[in-house]
Order: sequence, then C-alpha cells, then structure tokens
Amino acid sequence: MSTGAIIMMVIGLGTVWGGILLTIVIALVVEKKNKHKEESDH
Amino acid sequence: MIREYTYGRQIRGGAVKAFSHLGQKYEIFGWVQVMIPIVVMTYYSTIIALAVLFMVYSLGHAFGIVNWLSNPGSLMNMFAGNAKNALDLGSGISIYLIVAVVFVWIANWLIVKNGISRGIERIANVFTPLLLILMIIFMVNGIRLNGSAIGLEALFKPDFSKIWDPAIWVSAYAQVFFSTTLAVGVMIAYGSYLHKKADVVNNACITVFANASFDLIAGVLVFSILGYLVSNIDVEFTSFGTGAGVAFIAFPIAISTMSDHVFIQGLLGFFFFFCLFLAGLTSSISMLESFATAALDKFKISREKLVAIISLVGFVGSACFASYAGFNYILDIVDTYVGNIVIAGMGLIEVILISYIYGTKELRQQANEFSDFKVGKRWDILLKYFTPLLLGAVVVTNIIRMVTGLLPMDTISVIAQVVFGWGTVLIMIGAAVVFNRRKWAKGVSE
Repeated sequence: MSTGAIIMMVIGLGTVWGGILLTIVIALVVEKKNKHKEESDH
Repeated sequence: MIREYTYGRQIRGGAVKAFSHLGQKYEIFGWVQVMIPIVVMTYYSTIIALAVLFMVYSLGHAFGIVNWLSNPGSLMNMFAGNAKNALDLGSGISIYLIVAVVFVWIANWLIVKNGISRGIERIANVFTPLLLILMIIFMVNGIRLNGSAIGLEALFKPDFSKIWDPAIWVSAYAQVFFSTTLAVGVMIAYGSYLHKKADVVNNACITVFANASFDLIAGVLVFSILGYLVSNIDVEFTSFGTGAGVAFIAFPIAISTMSDHVFIQGLLGFFFFFCLFLAGLTSSISMLESFATAALDKFKISREKLVAIISLVGFVGSACFASYAGFNYILDIVDTYVGNIVIAGMGLIEVILISYIYGTKELRQQANEFSDFKVGKRWDILLKYFTPLLLGAVVVTNIIRMVTGLLPMDTISVIAQVVFGWGTVLIMIGAAVVFNRRKWAKGVSE
C-alpha cells in the first residue's frame, strides 16, 4: 500500500473508531457519576 | 441528528405531528416524509429476503447439499434471474424471492403488531452485537488475504486533485447526511420515544459514530475481498456492480476463506446471514414505525388493523421488486429517485422549517438541557445557513443530473426512468395529499 493510503486509513479509521469509543466511554462515566450522585442524595 | 432527536423528544410524535406543530399548512410535508420509508420498505424487503435465502442455503452448504459459498454468483443468478431492461416485465418473477418476501412481511407484521419491546428488542440486543463481532472477525480475515492491499489502496488512496471540486464535498455531505436515515421521519419518531431527560447530544454522537464505524468495517471487509478477487481471479473492481450485489458476492467468498471445513463455512454463513436478516428486520420495523406513528397520531385506528393494511400494501409493492426486471433494474431506479429527489428535498424543507419557524436557539437550549456535551451558538449557524446551503446544492445538482442524464439514454431507458422514477415521486406526493386532506380524528390531539 502507498504511504498516502496508509495515512488516510489511519486518520479515517482513527477518527471514526476513536470517536465511537470516546463517546461511549464518556457516556458510561457520566452515567456512573450520576448514579453515585443519586445514591448519595438518597 | 441532534436537531431531529431534540425536536422529536419535544413534540412527542411522528413526522406528521412534527410538521403540523409548525403550522397546519406544513402537515403535508410530514406525510411526504413518512411515505419515504413505506416506499423504501417495498424494495428493502427484497434485499432482506435475499439474506433469508442465503441463510437457508448456508445450511444446505453446511450439510453438503449444495456447495456455493466460494462461488455465490450462480446462486445469485438463480435468485435474481435476468431481464433485458426495466420494461422487460414478461421476463418473469423469482419464486425464491417471492416466498422469502412473504416470510419477511409476515415477520414484520407479527413483530410490529405485537409490540416491539417484548420480542425483537431482546433478540436485537443479542444478535446486533453478534453481527458486529462477526463483521470484525471477517474484516480481520479479509485483510490477511492475498491481494487485500490492492482493495484497501483503492478504498483509501487520496486523490487531492479532487479537493477543490465542490461536487465532491456536496456528495460527501449527502452521503454522511443520508446514511444516518435523517429526513425520513425515523429519527424524529425515535426522538419521541426518548425520555424527557435523555442526553440527546451524546446519543446523537454515538449514533453517528457507530453508523460510520460499521460502514468502515464493511468497507474494509468488502474492498479487501474485492482486492483478493482482483488479484486471484481475472475480474475488475467494477465486475460486481456497486449495489447489494457486491455484499452478496463478497461476503460468502469472505466466509468461504475462513475455514476449509464445509460444515464450519456453512455454519458461519448461516450465523452471518441470520444476523444480517435481523439487522434488516430491525431497520424495516423502524421504517414501518415511522408511518405507523404518524398515522396513529392523526387517525383513530387500531394498531393491529393499521399494521395489517401497511403489511398488505407493502407486500404487493415488494412483489413487483421480486420480478427479474424489478430486482435488476426498477429497484435501482426507484432507489435513485427516492434518495436524490424526495429524501434530499424533504431534508432541505425540514431543516429550513424547523430552524426558522421553531427556532434554533430554543432547540439548542432544549438539546443542551440534559446533555453532557453542550452545543454552542455555531450549531445555529450550521442549521440556519450551512445545512440549507449544502442541501440546496445537493437538491439542485441532483435534479440537473437526473434530467440531463436522460439525454444520452435510449428510449426504453428514458421511459423506464420517467415511469418508475418520476412516477414513484408523483405517487408519493399524491398519497401524501390524500392523507393530508383527511380530517384529524376526534380525541387525537393535533
């Protein structure tokens, strides 16, 4: 494969697959925090 | 996506209710919008039917009845048949497809009639992740095949000479916009089922990223297999077409390279096409729901009766696409016109009406209210100016392309494009007018 194709592959896959991982991790962390908050409020 | 989720969540209704909330005169746009999934369902069902057939034949492969996974072309030919052109309606109808289409519509009818959350939700919770895992395994296997680099080179090699071509940006925008089923009433209907305090911004980000991730997995897999085929068999990249045919040729070959054991190949094929069938079924249910939610918002009709009517009408439509001319030619024509004219046009109308009548500021505040990420004022600019401008360009270029595209065509192709392409557009608008004129039933809130 050419260098250009490899760079584009890394950028493309990195952005999209990295993006989904990041958003899911953030959503899970926030959900956990909210649960802790709700429990401590009770 | 954020706009459709937020607006659906606020309105608590489908596309018709969403548009009529902006003004009674705009209700018709809601009806045109929910006609899209109904029309798409008619031909989408034949694609799902093909997955059902491949699923059954995979079992045949596993038990040594028919050996086809390494050479799916002949099986595809048997199911889809041949026709000279779109008007060659006498070429016949695929008995395989019609039987499978009946099965698909009965499945649709049973699931939507009995409620979604009880059965299909549980099954989808298991088999959608399974489909993802299988796709990742197939993708890794595809990459390791001899010649896959040729396919990946074709997929990822940038051509910077095209970067200043506005048509490329318009096409890229249209691809991203429409691959997420925006502007067809589905996401507004989904939004209406979200909890009042749901985090719409993060939900929208996950939806879009997940969709793109899956697309890329499928892209890497298909192009790896195409590279393998190009370097090992005397074929070219374009030999398998650009539509569903690529997937139904590439995936069985991918599966056949996973193991030398016929039974394991067949079993993997069965699981894969079963997951594909379920993924298609869940999509088709969401499309059915788009119209059902809208109709139940306006008319006093039982859900069971409504779903039975939609399923019957849908099956009749699907039967047309199960014909050889229908599957090989008419499907592509209808898909092109619905996508390029109706969906693009409705996307433009929707973004303008919601942004300028409902207001982007109010929508932004509602989106941010319970969200971890907040969207800023730039989001208003995107909705008010950037999106209408780009979608406007998409609509105009599409119409010009479709009209000028008729010029070099022969008479039969022109007739087929006008009858099946523009004809479908007119039928959708006509049906929307009829539904729009019917009065809101008493006791159903506008």
